[in-house]
Amino acid sequence: MSLDEKTWAELREIADRYPEKRSGLLPMLHLVQSVEGRVTPEGIEACAEVLGISAAEVNGVATFYTMYKRKPVGDYHVGVCTNTLCAVMGGDLIFERLKEHLDVGNDETTADGSITLEHVECNAACDYAPVMMVNWEFMDNQTPESAVQVVDDLRAGREVHSTRGPRLCTWREAERVLAGFPDDRADEGPAAGPASLAGLAIAREQGWTAPKGESK
Amino acid sequence: MTDTLTPVLTDNWDADRAWTLASYEERGGYAALDKAFAMTPDDVITAVKDSGLRGRGGAGFPTGMKWGFIPQDNPRPKYLVVNADESEPGTCKDIPLMMASPHTLVEGVVVSSYAIRANTAFIYVRGEVLHVVRRLQRAVQEAYLAGHLGKNIHGSGYDLDLVVHAGAGAYICGEETALLEGLEGRRGQPRLRPPFPAVAGLYASPTVINNVESIASVPSIITNGAAWFAGMGTEKSNGFGIFSLSGHVTNPGQYEAPLGITLRQLLELAGGVREGHELKFWTPGGSSTPLLTPEHLDVPLDFESVGAAGSMLGTRALQIFDETTCVVRAVLRWTEFYKHESCGKCTPCREGTWWLAQTLARLERGQGDEGDLDLLLDQCDNILGRAFCALGDGATSPISSSIQYFRDEYLAHLTHGGCPFDPAASTAFAPAGASA
Repeated sequence: MSLDEKTWAELREIADRYPEKRSGLLPMLHLVQSVEGRVTPEGIEACAEVLGISAAEVNGVATFYTMYKRKPVGDYHVGVCTNTLCAVMGGDLIFERLKEHLDVGNDETTADGSITLEHVECNAACDYAPVMMVNWEFMDNQTPESAVQVVDDLRAGREVHSTRGPRLCTWREAERVLAGFPDDRADEGPAAGPASLAGLAIAREQGWTAPKGESK
Repeated sequence: MTDTLTPVLTDNWDADRAWTLASYEERGGYAALDKAFAMTPDDVITAVKDSGLRGRGGAGFPTGMKWGFIPQDNPRPKYLVVNADESEPGTCKDIPLMMASPHTLVEGVVVSSYAIRANTAFIYVRGEVLHVVRRLQRAVQEAYLAGHLGKNIHGSGYDLDLVVHAGAGAYICGEETALLEGLEGRRGQPRLRPPFPAVAGLYASPTVINNVESIASVPSIITNGAAWFAGMGTEKSNGFGIFSLSGHVTNPGQYEAPLGITLRQLLELAGGVREGHELKFWTPGGSSTPLLTPEHLDVPLDFESVGAAGSMLGTRALQIFDETTCVVRAVLRWTEFYKHESCGKCTPCREGTWWLAQTLARLERGQGDEGDLDLLLDQCDNILGRAFCALGDGATSPISSSIQYFRDEYLAHLTHGGCPFDPAASTAFAPAGASA
């Protein structure tokens, strides 16, 4: 399958955002994934041609970063954090339950092509442990049961929202945003989840503030 | 007397639509620009130096001094790069900051870039946080339209372009020179220093790389004055910081306080260790900072005091583990993480992390013998200080500190023929009162 003209134009557009074109390579590979569903040989060739570097150099970069996939990814990439804190808080049990429920191993996709399951490293939401990511949106404070519910809803085509608000899009749509093409959905969801506000709520209750500054 | 909690960066997180420009401006946002533009760039650097702000990404290097290292007689363009690759296990402060108030960061980028005389800046945000990327993209777009970015900002004659750049999954890119490699479209492997990025960073040009929280603190310093910032915290660790409590604590979350607050104080605010359990061990600043125990509850959480206690303040990522947690399991999992994230550039880290994981895994299964603890410490000794960057050093921290404090628990795995703990008891959804 070859890339269409629009994709070629967008690859060049990404490269042009930077003082030196090669800086565009990471977002360009995100764009390739959004169009192709993975990093394909055609996508690698296209990046190489736009940047004037060899396909081997692009390949070297694509194999370094874990978000780039060589096998087709399902509509929903489900990442269960199994780094220490989430693992201890239940991430290991969630991951085991999902493997069993979906009948897949790590980094494998369900037969219907809907879910790719992977265990992921710390995703910077430890105050919401155990955490699961769906297409890189936060699913906070999960249990094995809630995680099963999420994947079942996704497979049934029901609308699912991140616990911090936004409606879950497909993996390809998410990759397009990461390539730097906004989907105009920044306003979905609240500013912060409850744990993010834990200290602030106490400060409000107690009337605690930072000292007054010189110009106030 | 300063209040126990001092919300500055977190202060607008509960505002209605806090992420929008309208909300941010309503609270005085972007006023620091006019105050900064009325100063010379050197005076802005001096103010940040005088504030005593030290890098909030873990290393604690004085921010103003870093800016002062930029050779202004170098004819090449200068660059500001924000390290938003928050990935250190346990660290979860920059992501909620950018989610709730991306404009705080953008305003900081403008003031900081003006100070170092950069006309192009980048936010390198990890790719695995879709909604945060959306909010950053929107904030930058709004800031351009409002004249806070672009040409002749606020009529000052100063120009700045800001690019949001999503990474693609690599813990090592939190290391500043590996981040630059990623931003140049290469494999994220650290560079030899010197030359330091201040002299030859992005595109071999003078570059400042700062953590999100460091840059986000700058507008408040310009607005309120260096003395205001320096008046908080301890003698050598000035100002406030976001402390992130996670794990076996009643109310995990973000607590913004002057540096020097103790874990005992923070735990009290957070409702204590989860009911019916007691503190066993904790990290002061992420998994790369040596473990501490209940005997360290009263250590002031500033750079000097945590260092004197044998650990590091790091990113103030306070991961709390109670007595249901097996320390060997915890440390093995972190070790597997370092092994996975080692970039492969240098031998001590590339080979050493694999050996560490193998030796630990054997112990965790109750195989091996007591001599394996000495083997582990010997392996750590061959990595610490010999690796190319701090990743290798960090990999040794949980191992050597856990053997120091919990040697008997390692031995219990040998006598028990495996892990003596029930992993279900440590989970957030375990029945109350479950024990190991």
